[in-house]
Amino acid sequence: MKEAYDVLVVGGGPGGALAAKTAAEQGLSVLLVEKRPAIGAPVRCAEGIGKEALAEFIKPDPKWICADLDKAVLIGPDGTKFTIGDNHSGGKVGYVLDRKVFDRELIWQAAEAGAEIQVHARASAPIMIDGKVSGAVIHQHGNTYEVRAKVVIAADGVESKFTKWAGINTTVPLAELETCAQYVVNDIDIDERANLFYISYTDAPCGYIWVFPKGHRCANIGIGIAGMKSGEGHRAKDYLDRFIAREFPTGKITELVVGGVSVCKPLDCTVADNLIIVGDAARLSDPITGGGIYNAMYTGKLAGDVAAAALKKGDTSKKTLMVYDDTWRDGPLGHALARNYAVKEAFIKMDDAKFNSIVHSMTDLSLDEISVRSLVIAIFKANPWLALELPRLLLSL
Amino acid sequence: MIHIRRDVCGYCGACVSVCPRGALELIDAYLTVDETLCKNKCKICSTVCPLGAIVLEEQ
Repeated sequence: MKEAYDVLVVGGGPGGALAAKTAAEQGLSVLLVEKRPAIGAPVRCAEGIGKEALAEFIKPDPKWICADLDKAVLIGPDGTKFTIGDNHSGGKVGYVLDRKVFDRELIWQAAEAGAEIQVHARASAPIMIDGKVSGAVIHQHGNTYEVRAKVVIAADGVESKFTKWAGINTTVPLAELETCAQYVVNDIDIDERANLFYISYTDAPCGYIWVFPKGHRCANIGIGIAGMKSGEGHRAKDYLDRFIAREFPTGKITELVVGGVSVCKPLDCTVADNLIIVGDAARLSDPITGGGIYNAMYTGKLAGDVAAAALKKGDTSKKTLMVYDDTWRDGPLGHALARNYAVKEAFIKMDDAKFNSIVHSMTDLSLDEISVRSLVIAIFKANPWLALELPRLLLSL
Repeated sequence: MIHIRRDVCGYCGACVSVCPRGALELIDAYLTVDETLCKNKCKICSTVCPLGAIVLEEQ
């Protein structure tokens, strides 16, 4: 580890890896620190991603693709199903990844581009000079290092401690943190090409249950519920255990995954002097799906590009770095997040009777495109009464 | 004070993200609480935990 770099990236997930790779490719000296001893583990993810989204950043590789999907199935509280995609989508729907392998591939690409990678290396505090982030204190193998950097990219995930230490409030309101539990379940009868989404207030209050295939007779089965709905005897794991006992009683559980997913609005500002915040740390996970891989990769790459341009200019002030915030916020990502936040606000208020009525109204519809926007438009068409209840949501589309 | 049941904790960081005082930190595979920051009142961390790893103990 050197004493100074152009760019310090805190966190070795997809956001940090893309940031480090992008910055290194432009000739900058880059250090990425990951506090865990291994990249990609433990997994805290349901591992689903859209094909087109992924293709923006990396060529699909069977090494880290567990399942290739051609449909998604929504299942209402009374068991009524609505299938999206099916035969018409041309296999474009999405993948279920093996994040342990995927994340290592991304880090390897960053290393190949010239970034220095340090694992089991934890940033414990920013170095602040004149109120500006100027590096970080790093602990590794019992040693403490002061590492200076012209730009720090905070990619430290849902915990988002680095940004908090730098004086920006990243606390997620309890009501907007989905608390999640997931098992890898083996030896179960599943459609290996379909992602299932169980929507039910009773089974998953203000969240949903997912069954994402991971290969032959194996799936990630998990749940997210709103933090406000969690408590003793009714935690995410309690709900999940009840669901597994009912739907997959003979399944063999081979892995437990837990995690938190923010479904709040993004941070008001995702840059400060010498600091760029990406991915989950910037609260950029999707408020409806909870998906965060693409958003982290997109903002990670953008952060690397913006840092490189700022360093070339010799000005890494907040004013210069604002182009990062403006670009994602005014682009498709920012618009999708704003729209899906409005959708989320509407749907967390619904009870099972409404969910049943909505799913029933859709059974004779055919929908090929799997996107929140196309789904919500279809729901509005089939349920005109919703427009009266949710006029603001309608406008957001 | 809050007590972290290390044998239950899945070190996922959900509690860290909602702690309004920034008192919790996940250091590799264990969770720590800074007792100078935690006021033991809000119970947000013990509520949100997906596994029930945080309990409040009477002093």
